[in-house]
This record gives sequence, C-alpha cells and structure tokens, in this order.
Amino acid sequence: MAQTVTREPALHSVSVTVNGTRYNREVEARQLLVYFVREQLGLTGTHVGCDTSQCGACTILVDGVAVKSCTILAVQADGADIKTIEAYAEPNGKLHPIQQAFWEEHGLQCGFCTPGMVIAIDQLLRDNANPSEAEVRRGLDGNLCRCTGYQNIVKSALSAGRKLRGEEPFEKPDAAAAH
Amino acid sequence: MFPAKFAYAAPSSLQEALDLLEDPDAKILAGGHSLLPLMKLRLAQPKLLVDLGRIPGLSYVRSENGSLAIGAMTTYREIQLSDEVHQRAPVLAEAAHEVGDPQVRAKGTLAGALAHADPAGDLPAVALALGGTVRAVGKGGERDIDLDGFFVDMLTTSLQEREIIREVRLKAQAAGTGAAYLKFDQPASHYALTGVCAVVTLAAGGTIGAARIGVTGVGPKAYRPTAVEQALQGKPADEETIRTAVQSVAEGIDVQGDIHAGPEYRAHLARVFTRRAVLLAAQRAKG
Repeated sequence: MAQTVTREPALHSVSVTVNGTRYNREVEARQLLVYFVREQLGLTGTHVGCDTSQCGACTILVDGVAVKSCTILAVQADGADIKTIEAYAEPNGKLHPIQQAFWEEHGLQCGFCTPGMVIAIDQLLRDNANPSEAEVRRGLDGNLCRCTGYQNIVKSALSAGRKLRGEEPFEKPDAAAAH
Repeated sequence: MFPAKFAYAAPSSLQEALDLLEDPDAKILAGGHSLLPLMKLRLAQPKLLVDLGRIPGLSYVRSENGSLAIGAMTTYREIQLSDEVHQRAPVLAEAAHEVGDPQVRAKGTLAGALAHADPAGDLPAVALALGGTVRAVGKGGERDIDLDGFFVDMLTTSLQEREIIREVRLKAQAAGTGAAYLKFDQPASHYALTGVCAVVTLAAGGTIGAARIGVTGVGPKAYRPTAVEQALQGKPADEETIRTAVQSVAEGIDVQGDIHAGPEYRAHLARVFTRRAVLLAAQRAKG
C-alpha cells in the first residue's frame, strides 16, 4: 500500500473497525492511535497517562493483541480490528467478568489506569488462563497505578481468572456485604 | 507530546523501502517502540518514516543449519511463542520475555532492537552471547554482518545509512550447552541497568569448555567481556571459581552513570549478574 511521499506532510486515509463499527478518517501521519481513538472517534475510555510509553493507560486491543496505543501511529492501524474498553461491558450494561472482578475486589480508586488494566488482564488470561500471582504481576508490567498499590488489582485479576474458568460465579454472593 | 510533522510511506517491498531510504532524512519504522518514544520527546525528528509493516514475508522463525533465521519484523511476542526458539535457543525466548512489558513485546522487533542498539536494550547482549549474523540489504545487494563487531558505539552499529536488516541469524544452543539471561531492571521502563547473557558449554569432565557472554546496560554498547570468557575456560563451574573469574567484567569499559545508577554501582551489578548468569547457564548445561 505505497503512499505518495512529498516533503509536505499529507493527510492519509485510514479505515479501521473499532468495537465492530467501521470508520474512515483522514489523519496526519503523526497522529498517535490513542488520540485518533479519543478525538476522532470520541472513545475517551482509553487514556493518555504518561509521555514515555510506560503507564499503559492507553492499552487497547489491535487485531486481538493488547498494545500501547500511544506508541502506534493511526496510519499503522489502517485496516485493523480494534477493541477499546467501551466494548467490554455488554450493550445492556452487564459488566465483563474482569470488570465485575474489579468491582468486587475494589480494584480501582480513581479509575484512570483501569481501562488499561482490564485490557492487559484480558490479554494475560487469554495467554494463560490460570496465572499465578507472580505471573499476574509480570503480566501487568506494562500498567502503572498511582492509587491502589496494586494489591487489589492483582486480586481482581485472580478473581477474573476464576470467573472465566467457571470456578467462581460471575457475581460473588457476598460481594455487597464484603465492602 | 506528539511528534513533529513528518511524511509517511508504507512500501510493499524491501526494494521500494530502499528507494525511499535514498532520502537522507528518512528513518525506518519497524515496531516503533524505540523510535516513536524518541519522536514524541522530539529527540528524533525524521522527515520521512518508512514503515516496514506492510511488507509481506518478514515475520518468521526458521531453523536452518544450526541457526535460527528470524525475519526482520518478527516481534518479541512471536519469538516467545515460537516452538522453534524454545527448542533451539531457549535463552532467546527467556530474554524476549524480559523486554519491556507484554504490550511492548507485541510490537517491538528483534531486528529493530539490534539496529537501534540501545545501550540498555536486552537483545544485543543475547545476540552477542549466542553469536551469529545480521543479514542486511542495501542498494548494492545483501551482506551478512557478523554480530561480533556489529555494535560499534552507543546507538551505532555497522549498518550503513541506507541498509535495512532483512533477517537476523542466531546460532542455536548446541547440545551440552546451557544459557541464561539475567538482568537488574529499572522498575517502570524495565530497561536493563545491567543485563548479562551467558552461554556455557561444559567439557567432558564437567569443567567449563567455553563461555560466551554478552553484557548490556553497563557501557555505551553491548559487549563481550573476552577476558572473563578466557578466565572461565577450563575452570570448574562452581560459584567461587566463577566469582573470581568475572571480576574484570567491567574493566576497560566506559561504565555509564545516570540518574538510575552511578558507574561504581553498575560495575558492581555487572560482576554480580555475570556471576549469576554464568552459574545458572552452567547448571542448565548439566541438565
């Protein structure tokens, strides 16, 4: 897919499927995928948290794999199938099991890192359905949290794993009472 | 920040990419997880990015004649998931798992890591310890560059201005060889303050027949501490002997100091991690 190259930065056509919907947009080459998702598509659940590709608040799925959208150009995602945090809960509002686990285990405070954490955990559990605590922590190497100290995020990930393996009900019966 | 303005091209062949590289302000985009962070800080401002991501046939891992041939766009994640790598050079899979974090590993490439030659990057140390070549393509044709001598200085390799790596060939771990990659990393970025890869072959009596060691994070570039390799040869593979043999690992090196670690501490880490990596590699060689 060769593009005409001139010294003046041109606009590039980008066609992406995001959360099941096809979008066609014109972008500058330098537009980062995270800003494309947030500003061109209005999907602001994906966050910009650092300037150094470390925090992971921008994590989304591109072609089924969790990546840092702040370190990808929108033009690189032309033709891709993207999933953002907005697509994790069902349309009727029922939470995804990972989100339900965060609710039950108090895995968030301000919530800024949470979309990235949920998607990183989604990737982790698809790669390894039964991770140890150490493996959970390694799987979240790319996601920083300033509020929680990570303890409850790890508990949330382990709970999500149990839910997805059918070892624990989607809604824990004592969830309301415990907190 | 976002990058300064630039033009962008996504060629569909290496030949097209080479034509685009004639522009002196052009830069190759592979995984982009070293280049784009630099561009976001505006430390790099290429006028033209040549994206290799649309060129077919650059992502592969193949066993060939005792080596692993790894295509230019093969990501760390693909290396981690490759049965070929786990069977033929498990230390490469181990090291790939140590790079950055899962999201970075989904995009970053081995070839990009070698071409970029970050002084704290993990894979240069592993490439040096395993040994092998980089297959580069330029207007004049292809050439194989030995990894010994590939890393010239900080962020500088022996690749020429308009050459592109098309494949990396790393020697597979032979029978009777054990290898390990250990690092002391900066907790947020996971860059190596010190990273050491040791590939140890045991001789018939259980002594160290040969050791190849790659060290990263310590100097301006990844290097092989050849004096340490020689000091280990023929020695028993016990901790005290190894401890003595690795003492010179940071000597004669321009040991780096920065906000994360001063040069004395880095030299100390180099000694500790070289000892641990050699010992672990020797233990793995025993079986």
